[in-house]
Amino acid sequence: MSNQTTPLVPTPGQTVGPFYGYALPFEKDNELLAPGSPGSIRLQGTVYDGAGETVPDAILEIWQPDADGRIVQKTGSLVRDGYTFTGWGRGSVGYSGVFTFTTVNPGPTRPGAAPFISVAIFARGLTNRLFTRIYLPENEEALANDPLLSSLDPERRKTLIARRDADGGLTFDIRLQGEGETVFLDFQ
Amino acid sequence: MLHEVNAQADELVPAAEPKAGHAPLNRAVETQQDLSAEINGLADAYKRALRDGALAETQPRLDYPPYRSSILRHPTKSLHHADPETIELYSPAFGHQDVHALESDLTIQHNGDPQGERIIVAGKVLDGDGRPVAGQLVEIWQANASGRYIHKRDQHPAPIDPNFTGIGRCITGPDGSYRFTTIKPGAYPWKNHLNAWRPAHIHFSLFGTEFTQRIITQMYFPGDQLFPLDPIYQTIVDQDARDRLVANYDHSLTEPEWALGYNWDIVLTGPKRTWTENEALGAEGDEE
Repeated sequence: MSNQTTPLVPTPGQTVGPFYGYALPFEKDNELLAPGSPGSIRLQGTVYDGAGETVPDAILEIWQPDADGRIVQKTGSLVRDGYTFTGWGRGSVGYSGVFTFTTVNPGPTRPGAAPFISVAIFARGLTNRLFTRIYLPENEEALANDPLLSSLDPERRKTLIARRDADGGLTFDIRLQGEGETVFLDFQ
Repeated sequence: MLHEVNAQADELVPAAEPKAGHAPLNRAVETQQDLSAEINGLADAYKRALRDGALAETQPRLDYPPYRSSILRHPTKSLHHADPETIELYSPAFGHQDVHALESDLTIQHNGDPQGERIIVAGKVLDGDGRPVAGQLVEIWQANASGRYIHKRDQHPAPIDPNFTGIGRCITGPDGSYRFTTIKPGAYPWKNHLNAWRPAHIHFSLFGTEFTQRIITQMYFPGDQLFPLDPIYQTIVDQDARDRLVANYDHSLTEPEWALGYNWDIVLTGPKRTWTENEALGAEGDEE
């Protein structure tokens, strides 16, 4: 809980720039599970700018509970062993503007809660990271009761809910600006 | 294997914007004088607002037109306030199996010594209440001493250093401390406008005890003449806030006959969740 001392002022963020490509990506960074593992799904999406053009140089991080809704606290995200689900991954957006992760459907962290994946987005031209959430499209009742979703008007609310693909995966597009602009979150 | 970054991402390559007419800009004729006038105009407006009682801004503006790449990439709607919940109240766990101890020395990654001025960059990662952020990942990357990145799309005609890649990682100690040995990076040109040069900087990627504390930022060096000219540094309109990105020369960090020392502490946002001693150990406690 908050204490009585004066809080320190946070260090400002800065853009990730264009040349993180040799530093931040690492082997299997976007594979929270090995592709093809039981229960694994593909999470993919496209990042768009305000002109509707794809953004080929964004980088995303996702952080999520496991399929049973447990928040895992296991190391090994940077040197993956192929078996341990750590809940965290990093994915570079490719030439086509598309990012892809192999992961699992997150479970509800409390009974009846709407499961979601937490996301941080970085890009050249983005002066500070953005946060958002990816909600699963199923369980209308849980979505209706979610505190964040119910604080949004219907048009904006839609931007936080992924589509379920025919192969069981999820598609979640991110619009940095303009029509259908994704809801980005401030936790202060 | 490290991925190659995407070709269109490149601010150092002429005509780097993916589509002609994508933004109504003619960079070839936009001079530093033009950009400085914009930067100074925004700075003056901010100072007036402060005098009229506005709150100081502590973070960069998402909408900062002098940084041309931000024009189509800043959200136009206010960030939506959310109370962090569940997964957001925790951070991913990193441990020493993720990062080798030698990764914090960027000068020993090849067969010979890199060119340039060897430096030590050290400090602490703290949360908004001043508590150490222990056991968390710190990643850095940077250009070499002549201002060139190891990157095939970096076309700045400065020498590549075969003994310097410019990537480092470490895990913060129990007191939140980090320490890197590296080479002082050089300034380099980019294509925001004619004669645009970035001040020397090191990119820093940081995690807190909660995912909502995650930031990527840049550390700068004291006394750089390029500060007032740089649209990226100036995305932070408040001088006190900008100063938080500038390291201090620290003679107590300097090692005799070896390397100059710079100290830079990083403050993440305050935690929202009750903090326990156990979490300060970070990845050491590896159970769920």
